[in-house]
Formats: sequence, C-alpha cells, structure tokens
Amino acid sequence: METAAIKGRSLWDDARRRLFRNRAAVAGMILLIVYLVAAIVGPYLTPFAYDAIAKNDVWDPPLIHGHILGTDALGRDLLARILIGLRVSLSIGVVATAVSLVIGVAWGATAGFLGGATDEVMMRFVDVLYTLPFIFFVILLMVTFGRNFILIFVAIGFVEWLTMSRIVRGQTLSLKQKEFVEAARAAGLSAPAIIGRHLVPNLLGPVIVYATLTIPAVILTESFLSFIGMGVQEPLTSLGTLISVGADEMDLAPWLLIFPSIVMVTTLMAFNFIGDGLRDAIDPKDR
Amino acid sequence: MFRFLLRRLLVAIPTLFLVITMAFFMMRAAPGNPFEMSRKLPPDILAHVEAKFGMNRPLGAQYVGYLAGVARGDFGPSLKYQDKTVLQIIDEGFPTSLKIGLGALTLATVVGIGLGIAAAMRQNRGLDYTVTGVAILGVCIPAFVLAPLMRQLFASELGWVPTGGLNGPISLVLPILVLALPQIAIISRLTRAGMIEVLHSNYIRTARAKGLPEHTVIFRHALRAAIIPLISYLGPACAGLITGSLVVEKIFNLPGLGKSFVLGALQRDYTVVMGVIILYATLIIALNLVADLVVAALDPRVRLS
Repeated sequence: METAAIKGRSLWDDARRRLFRNRAAVAGMILLIVYLVAAIVGPYLTPFAYDAIAKNDVWDPPLIHGHILGTDALGRDLLARILIGLRVSLSIGVVATAVSLVIGVAWGATAGFLGGATDEVMMRFVDVLYTLPFIFFVILLMVTFGRNFILIFVAIGFVEWLTMSRIVRGQTLSLKQKEFVEAARAAGLSAPAIIGRHLVPNLLGPVIVYATLTIPAVILTESFLSFIGMGVQEPLTSLGTLISVGADEMDLAPWLLIFPSIVMVTTLMAFNFIGDGLRDAIDPKDR
Repeated sequence: MFRFLLRRLLVAIPTLFLVITMAFFMMRAAPGNPFEMSRKLPPDILAHVEAKFGMNRPLGAQYVGYLAGVARGDFGPSLKYQDKTVLQIIDEGFPTSLKIGLGALTLATVVGIGLGIAAAMRQNRGLDYTVTGVAILGVCIPAFVLAPLMRQLFASELGWVPTGGLNGPISLVLPILVLALPQIAIISRLTRAGMIEVLHSNYIRTARAKGLPEHTVIFRHALRAAIIPLISYLGPACAGLITGSLVVEKIFNLPGLGKSFVLGALQRDYTVVMGVIILYATLIIALNLVADLVVAALDPRVRLS
C-alpha cells in the first residue's frame, strides 16, 4: 500500500494526524479494535459454548459457577452469547455497509458523471425510493424468505445505499469540472475508465466518512429487526436479539438486559465517534 | 407553485403504485397462507375459505381486483379477524399510534430546538458540551434499550405510570418520551449547526448593529433561517417515528397500528399489512411534500419549479 519516499505531508497524512489528535475518535478506535478481536477470537476462548444448554445453571447471576456474566433461561453462558452476538452484529454492519457502498458509489458516480437526462432519471428514482417506508419492506422480505442470515445483509444494504448515492453524485458533479478529468477525457479514456480510475479514488474521503456512520445505522436496523422477532434465528444470536430477550426477563435476570445493552451502546458510540472524527479530519472546513 | 404541486402529485401516484405492487407480491410470495398458520385445514374447507376471499382466482386477477378496491377506498376484509374490515382495524389502531407519534414529534421539536439554540449561543462552553453529549447518547441508545429500562424504573419501581397497556393519557407518557429522545438528539444537533452558521452571517450582524434586542435577533431573524434544514428533516423524522413506534408499541403493549402490522405480517393477514403500508407511505409522501412547501415559503432562495 505505502508508496515509497513521500516527501512533505500529503492530504492523507494531515488527515491522519488530525484524526489521532481527536481523543474521542482514538478512544472509539481502541474500543472497536478490542471488540473486533473479541468477536473474532473470543468465542474460541470462552469455557462455555454459546449454545450449550445447562439445566442446572438456569439464570445464574454473574460470577456464579464460572459464568462471568451469568446465564440465560436455558443456562447458556451470557459472555459466550454476547461474543457471538457481537460477531453477528459487526459482520452484518460491515457487509451490509459494503453492499450499500458498492451500489451507492456506482449509482451516484454514474448519475453525476453522465449528467443530463440520465442523471435526472436516476436521481428521481432515488427520490421515489426515499419516500418508501423501507422498514416495512425489510420486514416483508424477512417474512417472505425466512429469517435468512445472508438476506439480512442484502436487505439492509439495499436500504442504506440511497444517501450514499446522493453524496457521491454531489461530489462527482463538482469533481468532473476539474482539469484532471478533462485531461483524461482528452486522452480518450472511456466513461467507465474515468469513473473508475479518476473519480472514485477522489470520492474516497466523504465515502469513508459516511460508511463509518452507516455501520452503526445498519447494526441498529438489524437489532431492531431482531427485537421485533425478525432477525437471526436461535441458537445464533445478535446484540438485538439478546437485548430483546433481556427486556422480557429483566425482572428475573437484569444482567441479561444490562450487559448486551452496554456492548451495543458502546459499539454504536465508538462508530459515531470515529465517523465524526474522520469527518473533521478529512474535511476540516466543516468544523 | 401550482406546477410544482401538480408535478409532485404526479410523482406521488406512481410511487404509491410501486409501494402497493411491491408489497402485494412480496406478501403473496411468503410461504404459508393466512388460513393455515396454526393448523392444517382439510383441502375442501381450505378451498371454500379461499373462494370466500376471492383467493382462488389467478394472482394477477387478485392484484387488479385489489387495486380497483383501493382506488374506491375499499381495503377489503381482514383475513384473520372475522367480521372486521381493514379500515376498522386501522380505525382502532391508528389513533393510538398517531397520539404517540404526534406527541413525540411535538416534544422532540420543542425540546430539540430549545436545546439547539441554547447550545449554539454558548458554543464550546459547558452547556454546549452537555447538549452535544446528550445528543450523542440519544443517537446511540436505541429505543429498545431505553424503553425496558425506563419501564422498569418509572413503572415497576416508582409506580408513577402503568407498566403497559392503554388506560388514559398517563399510559402514553413513557412511550412518547422513548420515541422522542432519539429525535430530540437529531433535532438539537441540526438546530445547533444551523444556528451557528446563521449567527455568523451578515444580516445578523446588521440586526444587532441596529440595536434589536437579543431575543428578537435570535427568534425572529436567526431561527427562521436556522430551522430550514430541520423542516427538510420532517419526512425522515416521520419515518423514524413509525419505525420506533413498532418497538414502543411492543414494549408497552399498546394496541397501535405498528403492532397490527407486525402481527399481520407474521400471520399473513395480507390485507391488513397492505392497508398499513399504504397508509404510512401516504403519510410519509404527504409530509415530504409539506416540508418542501414550507421550506420554499421560508427560504426565498429556494424556488419551486
């Protein structure tokens, strides 16, 4: 990745320096790295499997019988379940955001670059989709195709690409006036080549910022679906599912609500801090 | 102005058509049917029931029939609740959903704008940081985390309000609060950003220079410009409230429309699901239109074309 011998400070170096000076963003990054590692390797390290049912350990409070965070109504270890839930929620967040990124960038860059009637039609289509009550369609998708893990990725990704395409289109409109695009055109490059080689790399800044803020939105949507009983299926779990169960049993076992909620809220905060920090770092004029 | 309205209405009709079409075929593609969710029916009885609701016709014919019904304002009977039409179900559930929705929107607007102004006037001081912090918390603590906690505290422990169900206005206090909090966060952020930008503009300096009292400058001059992005947010806010109400109605066990929708989707009550979607889509489209009109009225730079 690193190109050799950069002299002086590039824009990205500047952005990185500003980002690392933002304490909230750094705290968010550290927490997120911890959570990522925990979600990836954690499930292999816990003494209990996330789906191991134990009749004698029903609703153990934290720190009883070696269950650090207690157990649920089936005697399953809450720590193991939170780690799996974190893994599911984070991967849905990242994959669905990637889906929305690909569609949104391609759509927005094409509309902005081609302009004219094509732009008008493409963006009108986005406007129309914007006014749809999307959450209902995601629910219908879940009902139609069953609560399929991959479908959740795709469904949420399809919902989230709209704003991305608007941002990218706006950026493209201003970028395509620049001299380097004119030069590429004069050199005889085709439209897809100009979009891919010259426009998209220059769109990266705002796209990264928005993507960072999309991930928590996606996690929230997934949790919302899980909460109303349409998310991932048992025994697999997500943070939303855990919170939903915890909310039902909070009189008997408050830890089932509290611990997943803490993980959920801190995850969302970390992403939001990083997103805000990145925005300030990449686009300092907005501060 | 008139041409703008006409154009928007012309876009609204195909949008609604798209909503109805997508919802209709997705619902029908779902496995299972409304009459056999709990137990299998003998084939002849199933055929009889299906014939009663016209579901023995080809899907295309049913679709056309449904569209014709909707055009006449007839949303058909519920497939699960005998002797109830979809309109009756909407009539029972919508007032509750509307009350908590409007209550939350009012609360969020008043508190959000107030906090936003306060933060903008004390930029980068204690109050500003407090408001920003509250706003971040409001965005990061989802309704389904907040609602059970608040129910536990205010209903179970303190007994100030009922834990759930619908009995009197007091039972709507917590749902409205839970629904409003994330919106307060967003609205206060938007107001703060708008106010800070506007307060630096030349006409505010002019207003101050000619000796207007500070509250006139803030409320008559600055706020008018600063709330424009806020009004554009009205449409998305409405969508957010509808989503939130699905959660809130579940937690507080309120007989609202969100509950009818989720239940209807799970039980394959096709007509109820369709009715709720059409109602909410119309609401969101209408609110977006109103927002655009208000923005145009407030902002002379925006011309409706």
